[in-house]
Amino acid sequence: MKFGVIVFPGSNCDHDAFYAVSANLGQSAEFIWHDSRSLGDVDAVILPGGFAYGDYLRCGAIAKFSPVMQAVRDFAAAGGLVLGVCNGFQILVEAGLLPGALIRNRSLKFICRDVHLRTETSRSAFTSAAQRGEILRMPIAHGEGCYFADERTLDELQAEDRIAFRYLDNPNGSARDIAGILNRQRNVMGMMPHPERATEPLMGSSDGLIIFESMLRMVQAARPAFAPAGRR
Amino acid sequence: MITADLISQHQLTSAEYDKIVEILGREPSYTELGIFSVMWSEHCSYKSSRLHLKKLPTRGKLVVQGPGENAGIIDIGGGYVIAFKIESHNHPSFIEPFQGAATGVGGILRDIFTMGARPIAVLDSLRFGRPDDPITGPRNRRILTGVVSGIAHYGNCFGVPTVGGECIFEPCYDGNPLVNVFALGVCRKEDVFYAKAAGVGNPVIYVGARTGRDGIHGASMASAEFTEESKQKRPNVQVGDPFMEKLLLEACLEAMQTGAIVGIQDMGAAGLTCSTCEMGSRGGVGIEIELDLVPQRAAGMTPYEIMLSESQERMLLVAEKGREAEVFRVFRKWGLEAVEIGTVTDDGRLRVRHHGELVADIPNRELADEAPLYDRPHDMQAPEIRPTPVLPKADVQSTLPVLLAAPDICSKRWIWQQYDHQVRTNTIAGPGAEAAVIRIKETGTSVAMSLDGNGRYTRLSPRDGAMLAVAEACRNLATVGARPVAATNCLNFGNPERPEIMAQLVAAIEGMADACRFFDTPITGGNVSLYNETLGEGIYPTPVLGVVGLLKTAPPVTIPFKHAGRSVVLLGGIGGCDDVHMGGTEYAKEIVKKLWGRPPLLDLEYEQRVQYAIRRILAEGLAESAHDLSDGGLAVALAECSFGPAEIGAQIELDSNLRPDVLAFHEAPSRILISTTNPKRVVAVAEKYEVEAPVVGVTIEKGIEIRQRTITLGSWEIAALRSAYEGALESYVR
Repeated sequence: MKFGVIVFPGSNCDHDAFYAVSANLGQSAEFIWHDSRSLGDVDAVILPGGFAYGDYLRCGAIAKFSPVMQAVRDFAAAGGLVLGVCNGFQILVEAGLLPGALIRNRSLKFICRDVHLRTETSRSAFTSAAQRGEILRMPIAHGEGCYFADERTLDELQAEDRIAFRYLDNPNGSARDIAGILNRQRNVMGMMPHPERATEPLMGSSDGLIIFESMLRMVQAARPAFAPAGRR
Repeated sequence: MITADLISQHQLTSAEYDKIVEILGREPSYTELGIFSVMWSEHCSYKSSRLHLKKLPTRGKLVVQGPGENAGIIDIGGGYVIAFKIESHNHPSFIEPFQGAATGVGGILRDIFTMGARPIAVLDSLRFGRPDDPITGPRNRRILTGVVSGIAHYGNCFGVPTVGGECIFEPCYDGNPLVNVFALGVCRKEDVFYAKAAGVGNPVIYVGARTGRDGIHGASMASAEFTEESKQKRPNVQVGDPFMEKLLLEACLEAMQTGAIVGIQDMGAAGLTCSTCEMGSRGGVGIEIELDLVPQRAAGMTPYEIMLSESQERMLLVAEKGREAEVFRVFRKWGLEAVEIGTVTDDGRLRVRHHGELVADIPNRELADEAPLYDRPHDMQAPEIRPTPVLPKADVQSTLPVLLAAPDICSKRWIWQQYDHQVRTNTIAGPGAEAAVIRIKETGTSVAMSLDGNGRYTRLSPRDGAMLAVAEACRNLATVGARPVAATNCLNFGNPERPEIMAQLVAAIEGMADACRFFDTPITGGNVSLYNETLGEGIYPTPVLGVVGLLKTAPPVTIPFKHAGRSVVLLGGIGGCDDVHMGGTEYAKEIVKKLWGRPPLLDLEYEQRVQYAIRRILAEGLAESAHDLSDGGLAVALAECSFGPAEIGAQIELDSNLRPDVLAFHEAPSRILISTTNPKRVVAVAEKYEVEAPVVGVTIEKGIEIRQRTITLGSWEIAALRSAYEGALESYVR
């Protein structure tokens, strides 16, 4: 399987995502520069953490206009797997691929620490290798990770089983303890915690690997029939 | 017209001015006066300290680059090197805490990547006034909060993990906080770049942010005491843009790969002035630039302003003639401005033109390397510290929670949780650990780092205090299994024109030199920050040492006890202490509320044997946990060992004749607390190195108990101690 890691000029978890899926998952990966209009032949896309274009405005507000985001939109529309982590989640929300918004942490401070997540659904390409209710430990590192949406959207997410992860001990004030969500088609996921920072024992946890393993499983199962768009 | 007033405004003495006239053979222009004043400022020229810095050991088997470049370089094997240095940003951080600290991080990061190394770790050594002082507390908390957010803002966005450091609170830092930032980067040995211009006719290229009026005379500001008027110097503090720095990092590293770059230097203190004349001087060449070509943020900037601006996120490089396009292409890709502003010449002079007119024409070497050198008087001792008081007897039971909540000792989680300490996924041991450990993915080895300095010890004895700092930093590394290999220092002192301050500086340098020579940790660079005084009130002499060590990449042995039923061994022994040597301890500070006497006694030979022993014990896999004893002594260390996820405690019985409170809280060095399943083998290793290693107790499921022979000195519930320890800082800043 081949992962594409999108690189905005201010991405700083791009190498980490690349390392996680190549060294620790054993798959191939390539970087995709933010001004590319095509994603090449990748099977899945990761939007990594960082500060895409500095994010002095609203996180991800400028990134949504970058050329590569049109390619990501097309890729997602054709059923390709898109994972946004941290800043990647913020960008997906700004780009309208996921609902809601990510606002300043309730404490108004950047927080970097391990959190415990409850897997809320195993019915997705990103969580199929996990059990519903399974507790995963991985770090967060963000200043604007408080998930916010109107009540109707939150109810909808709940009713449609699109909440992927909840915090056990909500660190940032997120609505309904939400740490990660899916789009309606269940092929786009955004999450504030960093699974790529929990992919080997030396990092203190390997729990994040399960997300990449789920993606791998999905792509391998779909391989004979499934040809993601973006492959032109 | 250069008047006497103008000269003194530039903080130049009349003798220094005469030397300028002599060098030029004429009166300087206004621009030239400005250029000389920043290059010959204390901050840039080290004119008071240079003579004594020569005493520091700088060479060693692994040293690739010692002092004199933007950072020191050490060979870590496997074809890779690390570049590292520590720098202060004290004065700006007092005037504008957030931006002062942020640009402090930015400056040291540029020093690292200008050498071709990608920064992979930052540590900070911070000093503030007490957060709990009824009068100065509010301001101290505001400075603390601002500095921490500034460091977080810059480091987090740039994408370098902030993995450790230290933070101490003392009234002497009320009006003069210390912000010392250490950074370390890694690169292949053949990819190291130097800040040297070469090749007559080669283009001189300016890259990065535009030049504005910010930070003019920052270097001079950092070379004077603070007065009531200092707040007006806020415009002297630069504003940082970490996103721009990130672009600069990626673009520079990529441009270096083209092979078209000859030399490169960041524009830090003294900006364009410093980068041009230093690169020229190092290469033994001249540089000629036209200021009209310099990208500018404001209209109508004078040559003086352009040359002295300290706008951030700028670099100067020399490229190979004919290959400029390759360099420009890379910077364009990253959306950065890169402009040819001049050329390398053969006459060793810095020539600056503005609208074609020559505004400065100065020989590089005299400007950069022949700044005045002072052997300032240092024959006076600092006023004697109060005599040893009659020590009131304190009760160990009630004292331990108080010490655990003391600002210096309590958990600094509130600080480091605001720092991304894991980005780049190399952090094996991060904040709160004995030493920071960062793995190098490319080599399979790791680098350990520790910053140490104790102003109270150094105030009592500059020489011993500096040696204790070296010993502690090395011990911290040994306690994670690393072998210390090199060091960098940041010397924070008061006004060197006062003989008693100069005496402190000289003694501290000499102590540091002896200890570094002893531990074979050459000092490959660093920084001196003088004039740390506000309204005549000086700080404690505060030398801070950063030591780096090497080890194999492996799961770390950490501080907390892991299982009940393990033997607790006090490697190094209980140690001794009398009333005189209690005067610098946290116990003296928090309980007696005084400073007196001498710092703890250090026996270098014994210290080193303890370090050999702990490395051997760790290498043999004998220790489940290891924690060195420092601030607050044995009782505090024991409590810290119980703050793990499992909250395993211990029952300790000490065979000693010391007074109970002294026994529990003295700070004799060379001691490490470990838990083990194999005490026999641990003791055997210790014996081999002729180190004491009493088995002092056993780990237990619940609680901590300390006995002196059969008498119980105290017993505590871990949860209560933990909440005192972990909640203190947050309760101060709330």
